[in-house]
Amino acid sequence: MITLHINGEPRQFEQVTSVAELIAAMGLTGKRIALERNGEIVPRSSFSSQPLTDGDKLEIVVAVGGG
Amino acid sequence: MNDNLIIAGKSYSSRLLVGTGKYKDFAETRAALDASGAEIVTVAIRRTNLGQNANEPNLLDAVPPSQFTYLPNTAGCYSADDAVRTLRLARELLDGHSLVKLEVLGDPQSLYPNVIETIAAAKTLVAEGFQVMVYTSDDPIVAKQLEDIGCVAIMPLASLIGSGMGILNPWNLQLVMERVSVPVIVDAGVGTASDAAIAMELGCDGVLMNTAIAAAQNPVLMASAMKQGVAAGRAAYLAGRMPKKLYSASPSSPTGGMIGKA
Repeated sequence: MITLHINGEPRQFEQVTSVAELIAAMGLTGKRIALERNGEIVPRSSFSSQPLTDGDKLEIVVAVGGG
Repeated sequence: MNDNLIIAGKSYSSRLLVGTGKYKDFAETRAALDASGAEIVTVAIRRTNLGQNANEPNLLDAVPPSQFTYLPNTAGCYSADDAVRTLRLARELLDGHSLVKLEVLGDPQSLYPNVIETIAAAKTLVAEGFQVMVYTSDDPIVAKQLEDIGCVAIMPLASLIGSGMGILNPWNLQLVMERVSVPVIVDAGVGTASDAAIAMELGCDGVLMNTAIAAAQNPVLMASAMKQGVAAGRAAYLAGRMPKKLYSASPSSPTGGMIGKA
């Protein structure tokens, strides 16, 4: 069990070791998102290889209407 | 006549840039964009809603990046650091897209730009290869500094964001235009089509707006009005207006050939 701070909210996950697994657990696989881990961009091409550790701070963003 | 707007080496036939916020739904957003004729559209970058329905409508479906030039913005950022992080995320989100709108705000009441943070962010972003269109005050010295940093367009406010107050200081806009050689695009403050026309008549290279269209009673009709206002203002600027004078001793009709004269 690890705790990840996702978009400012603490969330607990079991058996999530990579960004790709987290994205899948959140139902976001294939969605147009961008992800930052502890202040650094994680490219989509690295989602499978990027490990996650307890306490990581993640930002997951999308494009929305704006001026 | 080719009178395209050139930004960072890319040519655009529309001088109206529009935002995609505040619309009733994505269908209205798309209809307004189409009526405006805009090619460059701003989008915001926000945290995904963690509890959301994965199949809820998506802006990118209604406004495909293949049909519009996306201009991701940093709306809501109050520090250079937040703005830079937001645009790094945007570049990743949009597959390496580097044309961005930088705005760093000073306070949540006025949404007036914080030019010190804006300059700091611009330096970082230009160094990282972004093509930065920058929202700023109508200060000509700051505008020149932003151009010297490498920004590809200077976008001074005409009045406060969302105020619809129109062009409050045409003289400062002219000073900005005199000092910088990259495109100057009025960003913020336009309320109706005549405001857009005035900005273009002054010689601005374009106008960026969101609320003026989205908050109109009929946004799609207003989008069309703005398209025409920008086009009319641009044509008037290119045509060169007659000088203003207090009165004219030269009527438009012939002075000779009047009836009833001896």
